[in-house]
Amino acid sequence: MSELAQPGAPLRSARLRLSAALWRRPWLKVTLLLALPAIAFLLVYLGALVALFISAFWQVDAFTGKVVHVWTTENFHSLIHDQVYRRIALRTIGMAAAVTVTDAVLAFPLAFFMARVAPPRMRTLLFVLVLLPLWTSYLVRIYSWRLILAKNGALNWLLNGIGLPDAGLAYTNKAMWIVFSYVWLPFMILPIYASLERIPDSYLEASADLGGRGWRTFRSVILPLALPGIVAGSIFTFSLTLGDFITPLLVGGAGSSFIGNVVENFIGVNGNIPFAAAFATVPLIVMAVYLVIAKRLGAFEAL
Amino acid sequence: MSKHHKRVLGWGAAALAIGALAFVAAGCGSSKSSSGGSTTNGLNLPSSIGKGEGALNLIEWPYYSDPSFAKKFETQTGCKIHRKDAGSSNEMVALMRGGGGGGGGQWDLVSASGDASLRLIAGGDVQPVNVKLIPSWNDFIPTFKGPAHNTVSGVHYGVSLQWGPNVLLYRTDKVKPGVNDWAALYDSKYKGQITIPNNPIQIADAAFYLMHAKPELGIKDPYELNKEQFDATVALLKQQRKLVKLYWNYDTDGRAAFANGDAALGAIWPVDTLALQAKNVPVKEVIPSDGATGWADTWMLAKKAPHPNCAYLWMKYVSTPQVQAKQALVFGETPVNPHACPFMNQIQAGSCAKYHLNEPSSYYDTIKFWKTPTAHCNQGKNDCMDYNAWQKAWTEITG
Repeated sequence: MSELAQPGAPLRSARLRLSAALWRRPWLKVTLLLALPAIAFLLVYLGALVALFISAFWQVDAFTGKVVHVWTTENFHSLIHDQVYRRIALRTIGMAAAVTVTDAVLAFPLAFFMARVAPPRMRTLLFVLVLLPLWTSYLVRIYSWRLILAKNGALNWLLNGIGLPDAGLAYTNKAMWIVFSYVWLPFMILPIYASLERIPDSYLEASADLGGRGWRTFRSVILPLALPGIVAGSIFTFSLTLGDFITPLLVGGAGSSFIGNVVENFIGVNGNIPFAAAFATVPLIVMAVYLVIAKRLGAFEAL
Repeated sequence: MSKHHKRVLGWGAAALAIGALAFVAAGCGSSKSSSGGSTTNGLNLPSSIGKGEGALNLIEWPYYSDPSFAKKFETQTGCKIHRKDAGSSNEMVALMRGGGGGGGGQWDLVSASGDASLRLIAGGDVQPVNVKLIPSWNDFIPTFKGPAHNTVSGVHYGVSLQWGPNVLLYRTDKVKPGVNDWAALYDSKYKGQITIPNNPIQIADAAFYLMHAKPELGIKDPYELNKEQFDATVALLKQQRKLVKLYWNYDTDGRAAFANGDAALGAIWPVDTLALQAKNVPVKEVIPSDGATGWADTWMLAKKAPHPNCAYLWMKYVSTPQVQAKQALVFGETPVNPHACPFMNQIQAGSCAKYHLNEPSSYYDTIKFWKTPTAHCNQGKNDCMDYNAWQKAWTEITG
């Protein structure tokens, strides 16, 4: 035993000294504890963003297609002054806004029904139905919409059957709007549901006691309390639409390019990563502004 | 949590952040030195093909190493094929440039089309090939021995493989009477029914049309356009955009638009015509009498190819007449080796003529093969618009 204890003693005293040192310097303890997760976070999350931002100031050699590491603001200059990029950025942001509004309008009644009207069994069923599309591939859902909206597709077949002309939606921005609204709808329903469920019944009773009828109660009690949920849902629908490039590729037509498509083309066609990086900072900035506004509206308490 | 603790946390996080950023910046800095690559200084070509290394990694168009002919190669040479199907020329270039370029030490060969091949050569991603080691090369149609899209100043960067024209396709039930001129794609009569590829190289198709429709522009080669010619072409394409229903990204998307009735007229590839006709979609393909643009594929050898012997063995194998014939009929394209003609007819009667393999050499003058546009053009004036300009203009047209 004593033989074993002998080499252990200096080790133990070293350990004691270390713990004393850590106790005396709390900042060291915190740094050591958080070092690994923090480095992982910084490298994976922020590192990618920093790399993106740095490369946005580089250029591509026209002939070899290789990145030239010389600092220039040329990319941002052409981003601001070329009309086409402004048009594409505005189209992307506009579509994200339209999809968000559409989803909010569609999701609210359903979420309200689920949270406050439906009996528990039906609520479970509705939950399953809302989440069901998420169990299948996003690509499959987009392709099936393409079949529905095609000229010889299900929608026109239905319309023609009741004597109406073709809808002519295939490969248009309207088609993108429909598909986006459909694909991201569950992401709006769930946060609104969560915020509506949290409203105590007593608030509604109090409103009724004070003479508030349905509309008045809705406007003054339910809507303000559900607003953080709507804003939280809008963060999802807005950011998901803003960053998408598959839907424009598959259901969009002439003049449906999104920021993501331009980024993809610039990287793919001539390896112009600097310009792609410069353009990719646009949704980043838009989202940052959006999140600041969302925070003001209390969205993060409803997440 | 106390205020003191918060401050401590803050300082710790700040210290970490600075450290991590320094790390990232260092990473960015070091990547600088590894870029830059030489292209053609001192050709070090092999004089014979050694023993196969047992594996061959291909970046290919789907079916370009179809088991119907690749199996035999694998048993003959012992080179086991690992294939990566690419969906577009861009994807091929991106794959070749991954891992530090030159195929990243992972890929041996890429079946690059003409809109990608010069990019790979200029980027130093591929290496010169000794065509003397490919016996069938001597039999190739002269156009494909050293075409501009894979041969630079007499140095071959690969072996031509197969080619196909970009054809005019229309639905016979919607477009009556048929069309036989590229002008149809710019005719407002077909507004909202046209589909064309979403690819900057498509600018060449419009330039090709203008070459005949507006000779006063003096376009000699649709891939070498000076500013004035380029602007006229882009203006035409901006007019065309109003008529276009869909700029297809993958040919299967264009195919679907024809099948679902959304497109009645468009530019697409022979393989799609065959697929549509197999599904009984009433379509007819034409190559107008003026000719057409076309794509031609090349097996190009990656600069950092890990299995060069297997790569040479493969290039040698796919150039032989029997394999050329098989591949042509699997994919729906035309061999570069005319000796494939009888083998094609053996597999499918009349297919040699159907794919224009029996045409006289003058026929090839009417097909303008894809090549990446550069500022340095043959007229010696070096005033041509380069691919960056093409890409930007294409975004402007379609975006």
